[in-house]
Amino acid sequence: MSQVGVLAADRQHAHHFKDGNAEFEACKQGMWIFLVTEVLFFSGMFLAYAILRVFYPEMMKDAHELLNWKMGAINTVVLITSSLTMALAVSSSQRGETKKTVNFLWATLVLAGGFLVVKYFEYSHKIHEGILPGAMYHYEELKVAKVPLFMSVYFVMTGIHGLHVIIGMFVIYGLIRRARRGEFGPSYYTPVEITGLYWHFVDLVWIYLFPLLYLVS
Amino acid sequence: MSHGKPGVVHGDNYFNYEPGIWSWLTTLDHKRIGLMYLFTIMCMFLLGGIFALAIRMELFSPGMQFLTNDQFNRFFTYHGAIMVFMVVIPLIPAAIGNFVMPMMIGAKDVAFPRWNLTSYYIYLFGAILAASTLFIKGVDTGWTFYAPYSIRTGTSATLVLGGAFIMGFSSILTGLNFIVTIHKLRCPGLTWDRLPLFVWAIYATSVIQVLATPVLAITLLLLILERTLNIGIFDPKLGGDPVLFQHFFWFYSHPAVYIMVLPGMGIISEVIPVFSRKPIFGYKAFAAATFGIALVAFVVWGHHMFVSGQSDVANFIFSLITMFVAIPTGVKVFGWLATLYKGSLRFNVPLVYALWFLFVFTIGGLTGVFLATVSIDVHLTATYFVVAHFHYVMVGGTLLAFLAGLHYWFPKFTGKMYHEGPAQVAAWFIGIGFNVTFFPQFILGALGMPRRYADYLPQFTTLNRVSTVGSWFIGMGFVIVAINLIRSIKTGSKAGDNPWGGLTLEWQSPSPPPMENFLHDPVVTEGPYEYRGDKIGLGLNA
Repeated sequence: MSQVGVLAADRQHAHHFKDGNAEFEACKQGMWIFLVTEVLFFSGMFLAYAILRVFYPEMMKDAHELLNWKMGAINTVVLITSSLTMALAVSSSQRGETKKTVNFLWATLVLAGGFLVVKYFEYSHKIHEGILPGAMYHYEELKVAKVPLFMSVYFVMTGIHGLHVIIGMFVIYGLIRRARRGEFGPSYYTPVEITGLYWHFVDLVWIYLFPLLYLVS
Repeated sequence: MSHGKPGVVHGDNYFNYEPGIWSWLTTLDHKRIGLMYLFTIMCMFLLGGIFALAIRMELFSPGMQFLTNDQFNRFFTYHGAIMVFMVVIPLIPAAIGNFVMPMMIGAKDVAFPRWNLTSYYIYLFGAILAASTLFIKGVDTGWTFYAPYSIRTGTSATLVLGGAFIMGFSSILTGLNFIVTIHKLRCPGLTWDRLPLFVWAIYATSVIQVLATPVLAITLLLLILERTLNIGIFDPKLGGDPVLFQHFFWFYSHPAVYIMVLPGMGIISEVIPVFSRKPIFGYKAFAAATFGIALVAFVVWGHHMFVSGQSDVANFIFSLITMFVAIPTGVKVFGWLATLYKGSLRFNVPLVYALWFLFVFTIGGLTGVFLATVSIDVHLTATYFVVAHFHYVMVGGTLLAFLAGLHYWFPKFTGKMYHEGPAQVAAWFIGIGFNVTFFPQFILGALGMPRRYADYLPQFTTLNRVSTVGSWFIGMGFVIVAINLIRSIKTGSKAGDNPWGGLTLEWQSPSPPPMENFLHDPVVTEGPYEYRGDKIGLGLNA
């Protein structure tokens, strides 16, 4: 790590930083703080979930049967794998292995796309059956009070999470373009590193969502 | 270290460095960004102020003067939403903090200058989006957007919520930027125990911004989804809970008021030592109290909900913890007084505003104790007592501190001294006008006049009229401030590097500062309040 820091110190950096290493450390701190804000953003929904769970545990048991845990499990594996490929992309960029960096970034992108494809099938099935949030709920097989609210929590949480996956995909694609131009190496791989942090966070949120929404019993 | 285009002759300070409006609109310089925020926020302040004057005109007499009930609902909603989201929350951090804080730590800029400019445009876009609803269907929910009315109202509430949602990102990004700046860009020798108190204040404020604002974001987003997709989470008709909205909303909005006041307190902590020529009394206590206030801020939101139907246990706990904020606040008030005591006072306008702050903020804070006491709050809640309380702390607190800071740093921003005479007149118009406007409102509230009502019982007429006349003095005072400061840019005397004899780093640089902030890289060897008799303790290398 210190070897990398020494090389990073030499690189061209923004004028208000002492050296490239200071810039790298500042960017990392900035991304960590941003991730803290994201935790708080999601926390509101986790609270809403907790309230429903504490006050209406029987309803939660019935409602979660509406979710397809197999698809959720596939998505969990997909996303964890994408975190692995992302981490491999970061370490490749650290070593200046451009081809590997690009390949691992592509793998991450494809897996993220796969996640969204599975989500598409999940959502379209629910829309078809009328398993929708709030006032739009009209699934005849389960007409229990508060179930529409559970579906609201489900759609808002997985929807906002999905939005973060989509945003991440755009950012990763931008990284691929920069990596192909040979921009990343031992003295500068900051964008890959901080995107990696973001991507692991997106994965982590799903790891909480999956059991809470799909596996509650 | 070149900034602009090669071959272009650059001016010697940040203001004339590069000419033309495009160089301002695309600037990455924190000083220029700070001034752009200042200009925009003052425009929003004018808009919010016009609504305030209109409200006070309508309330000049009982009965309806020139507004309908429906229009009145819109006027107090816009007044509140504009003043809270577009003015007081960003004001000191974005307009003054942006300019001054990096200089105070000896940095050349904030950590992320491009995010800084982006934050400004996010703020501008959100503000314009929200304000555009004035030309659509307006909004009439009150700035607090309580469910279920905020779900049912046929107005443009969704767009206002969207605008506030967008502006929240500006607040988050600014806070993030400032935290990393303070951590990573301090000059050599500037250890944490030598940090100026304004920087400590901005730091604590930034932490609150970063932690609390995302909760507002999800709250507003959920309300937008409620209005557009009927997700039901806050809607009693769909099995949801409207009181849950209040919990969500106040979890942000209580810490928000500390986003408003902590930077103001930071300014007071700079102004009072300089104009008393004395070190601040209890530097470490001030820094600790700043974080103490920030901490308590997060656990008292329920004191806005004493009559919402929440349990007696909740009421008890929130009331008790709310009382605790008086401790760090008292540390500060007494610390400022102890700094003034036996100081060599110069009654320039910054100190005048700081003294008004002490008087007005103390009243505001003490009346908070009444409201924190549940058995009293059940009578005072939703009356003019609450209105008076928050105007005393927000206007009396933040706005007076802002004016102190604006005059204190005016020489640094412009290189000119403001004209002291008109500034003093304005300060007294505002100080006296403020108390004439809002003190009667404590009495009105205690007598039972409800807030957000366009009409009132005839026995409240005299006090309402006094309050309205006071509002005209505030308005006149601000007009004098604006004219005086704008005139002083042209006709003020040259300020020099350090007209006040301050010891913080921004005064070691020319006024106005060069683009790179300093002519020589600063190195710090002692704290920023080391006045020694009448010899300035210059432990700072220019």
